[in-house]
Amino acid sequence: MSLQTAPALRSNLLRSFVRFREAGISVFILILAVIVTLRAPAFLTVENAKDILLNISILSIVALAQAMVIITHGIDLSVGSMIGLVAMMVAFMMKQSPDFPVVGALVLGMALGAVLGSFNGLIISYGKVPPIIATLGTLSIYRGMVFFYSQGTWINSFELPKAFKLLSKGTPLGLPNMVIIAIVFAIAVYFFLNHTRTGRDIYAVGSNPDAAQVAGIRKQRIIFLAYLLSGIACGLAAVLWASRFESAQTNTALGFELQTVAASVVGGVSISGGVGTVPGVLLGALLLGIIENSLPLVRISPFWQLAAQGLLILIAVVTDNLILRSAQRNQK
Amino acid sequence: MKHRSLYFVLASLMVLSLLLSACGAPAATKAPAAGPLTFVLVPKNLGNPYFDTANNGAQEAAKELGVTVLYQGPASADATQQIQLINSLIAQKVNGLAISADDSDALVPTGKDAMAAGIPVVSWDSAIGKDGRVLHINQAVLHDIGAIEIKMALDLTGPGGGQIAILSATSTAPNQNAWIEVMKEELKKPEYAKLELVGVVYGDDDDTKSYNEAQALFKKYPDLKVIIAPTTVGIAASARAVTDAGLIGKVFVTGLGTPNQMREYVKNGASPEFALWNPADLGYLSVYVLNALAKGEIKGVAGEKFTAGRLGEYTLQDDPDLGLNVLLGLPFIYNKDNIDKFNW
Amino acid sequence: MIQPNSPVVETQSATLINESAPRRSFLAYFLRWEWLLVALIAVVVVANSRLSPYFLDSKNISRTSSDFMEMGLMMLPMVFIIISGGIDLSVASNLGMCAAFMGWLFMQGVNIWVAALAALVLGSLAGFLNGTLVARVKLPPLVVTLGTYAFFRGMAFVLLGDQAARGYPEAFTYIGQGKLPGTLIPFSVALFAVLAVIFGLVLHRTTFGRYVFSIGNNENATLYSGVPVARIKIILFTISGLMAALAGLVLAARFGSTRPDIGTGLELSVITAAVLGGVDINGGIGTMGGAALSLLLIGLMRFGMGLINIQGQVQGMAIGLLLILSILLPNIVRGISASSGKIKRQTLLATLAFIVIFGLFIAFFFWSRAPVLASV
Repeated sequence: MSLQTAPALRSNLLRSFVRFREAGISVFILILAVIVTLRAPAFLTVENAKDILLNISILSIVALAQAMVIITHGIDLSVGSMIGLVAMMVAFMMKQSPDFPVVGALVLGMALGAVLGSFNGLIISYGKVPPIIATLGTLSIYRGMVFFYSQGTWINSFELPKAFKLLSKGTPLGLPNMVIIAIVFAIAVYFFLNHTRTGRDIYAVGSNPDAAQVAGIRKQRIIFLAYLLSGIACGLAAVLWASRFESAQTNTALGFELQTVAASVVGGVSISGGVGTVPGVLLGALLLGIIENSLPLVRISPFWQLAAQGLLILIAVVTDNLILRSAQRNQK
Repeated sequence: MKHRSLYFVLASLMVLSLLLSACGAPAATKAPAAGPLTFVLVPKNLGNPYFDTANNGAQEAAKELGVTVLYQGPASADATQQIQLINSLIAQKVNGLAISADDSDALVPTGKDAMAAGIPVVSWDSAIGKDGRVLHINQAVLHDIGAIEIKMALDLTGPGGGQIAILSATSTAPNQNAWIEVMKEELKKPEYAKLELVGVVYGDDDDTKSYNEAQALFKKYPDLKVIIAPTTVGIAASARAVTDAGLIGKVFVTGLGTPNQMREYVKNGASPEFALWNPADLGYLSVYVLNALAKGEIKGVAGEKFTAGRLGEYTLQDDPDLGLNVLLGLPFIYNKDNIDKFNW
Repeated sequence: MIQPNSPVVETQSATLINESAPRRSFLAYFLRWEWLLVALIAVVVVANSRLSPYFLDSKNISRTSSDFMEMGLMMLPMVFIIISGGIDLSVASNLGMCAAFMGWLFMQGVNIWVAALAALVLGSLAGFLNGTLVARVKLPPLVVTLGTYAFFRGMAFVLLGDQAARGYPEAFTYIGQGKLPGTLIPFSVALFAVLAVIFGLVLHRTTFGRYVFSIGNNENATLYSGVPVARIKIILFTISGLMAALAGLVLAARFGSTRPDIGTGLELSVITAAVLGGVDINGGIGTMGGAALSLLLIGLMRFGMGLINIQGQVQGMAIGLLLILSILLPNIVRGISASSGKIKRQTLLATLAFIVIFGLFIAFFFWSRAPVLASV
């Protein structure tokens, strides 16, 4: 195939495609927003925009981590279970010592997430277990641990200290803290992926693992790092989740992995590795957030919501692929 | 390629020897009837405080009666898993099953199987279809629950009335749908003429989804006065959404909830009152019913009476929709004056 | 994956050569995955029959075996798809859509058998859609079936809404509840057994089966040797859809009713069973016998754990752990034997560090939950 013989051409093509792609989703989001606003004016209000931002903050954080993993040609199906476990452990901590500083809770959450993520990383990079299998296994294991840890009890709103609940929702800087944390996180990931050696190695490992190995990149270390980061991001997300929803339950974040994969994929991250951008993933998360927010607003029967979501994901990836292929043909 | 057939042979040999040894094994079997009776309380899923509270009541009854009550449920509220679990309970030849059904129809064949194996089956909380159990322990009459929710809604809007909406659990939950039907009927009465039901939405008993659906309701209906959430997950999520949106005093939440989850919102005014039966009593009554059935005190005929410990005397009654059932009592209204007396 | 010392850079073909021509030693013959599964099954049977007097009871086994047949029916084509290098996440949703469609038709007054036939057609069409998107539009199977996973399940809800379809005639529920006349063997188990043999023969004894392996090993090379790769992939996904629909009929018959959430989450169990059976998720390797043995193993484990009242969540943990260990342990053994006994100091230190970290985590795990649980 001509793509392999001309790497320069390929990377050019991809770059222009990625830009095209982000423009494509943006247009799609705009059209959707216009249609929804016409049918439900309540959609286009500051209030609603704030809700959407709040709703997608956690999704964005985890989807960005998921994207990094997918870029290394992996996948992390255990994110929902990691969030559930860390949220429960942090909530237990906050219940028994209400004076525990909230910043400490954030650090604790990320540390716990790091341990879970590094377990995934170890068995995948050094144990050579395929990512989908390893994280399918830890999906059940971590979820089982949530249950074993709490023995089925939930932590409810009244058991959590006020400061902890305000951690996500407080607005000392104008915007809710959670949104600010998500923005800072996104900027950090952007800088990491584009302007550090290790970040670029993540792309290299994903687009051509063996060339990367030959070029002296420590493949195993990079892959380990990706899952470690995914764990840390889940730990952060878990603390925000417990704070925002003011509870930790045995089924917290059940099934969340599919949303994060969907946000990444809709945002242009290639499941075969090596391709994906931070703005793309954020747009993907935004699109999912808008769909979720607007379907009830325009009074689409609740029974249609899931089907509509699935259909939109399919349309996004199919049009994308058709555009990419016609672009390839034109380049030739 | 040849060894493939070899292991097929081996596997089938193994299965065969397994079946053969099945005949020899019963020597180790302990006679189940000799020991104390063993009943199993099966919730929709494990890890839900509502069901765990029911188990507390069941264990209390077990202590009083001198029987063993196991608490076993599927990992998530899913009929496939629940049936698998019940099959392994039938295999253990337990002396009675009290099941909160994940799917009223799908559990019928399994319930029949259990009864054919000589194990009395009753359902509690969420009913199994009539043919799949001896009787259902009804936490409250459908009509009472629907009626009390509409009554609380009018309490909250005041005599002037206003817009109300319902936030339900999953669109497939049988008890939810029956309650919604009753509420719609109830709203036709003249005293509720000023209440306008503007929509029914589904939070899937998922905290996040319920929260988002509640948010959407505020936006869609700026004049909304009351959200009725006949589900413990939905009511807490709605009350939190009201609190977060700063709508306390403007939008009220009511419905069915548990005291621990709702304590904060009862006190901050987001949800001044809500109703529920006491699940501990429900678990307690279930064990007494199973005990009466296993001991032959009742046979499962309408009109029979039995005594359930501290709850007093009950009568089996027949109902055209629900079949044979026992009614726990009237639902209880929790408000800021009484909520601190409950801790579950 | 490529060996560190290998001079070959063309990876795909290198892996192909490495793995398709393993050295047939006596030891390797005995270390075949299927033998290991047989040994595990033997261990589970012995352990369970010691732990519970009810385990070796043919009636109990008969009753519980039908709990796993829908999984098994969907696993058969899944083995083909994974061997060809693909994956189908939409099977359980497709099952739900087809069962809902049949139920919906039945509630409209359509004859149950006509409705069942229509459901099978719908399932095949849904599979054909997956296959076309994968093979013709050239989208990754994971992405396509993730989309249809949501779409198909959504359609089940569109069809039935908050209603349940019920009242299926007894002749139909026989598919899911009946036993072969005069025996304890459930009809669904017999159906699975017959289909498993057919699928096994097609995979291991026909040209079509060989093509499937060859696609999984090296798709491009297979394409250039004139094999209609796209058509084969479409056939595989279509059959997967058909079998999902069949599983839907069996499950609806077992339940005697259909709700739109029927069979939610089964896709992960199906994939777990196939992979535990030795089917390589990267394609190219696997046997139908291994997959069938793994289904037996999972069924016996779940049943046995249920008998001694182990909670569902913990059962899930055990299966998850087994899944990881089944791949991890052989890799570790291989890694140690490849390093010829010498372990680098750095590796040793890193290992120690991780042991300390995980130890701390576990200590925190138990320490932090104790006071809260004590107060409940």
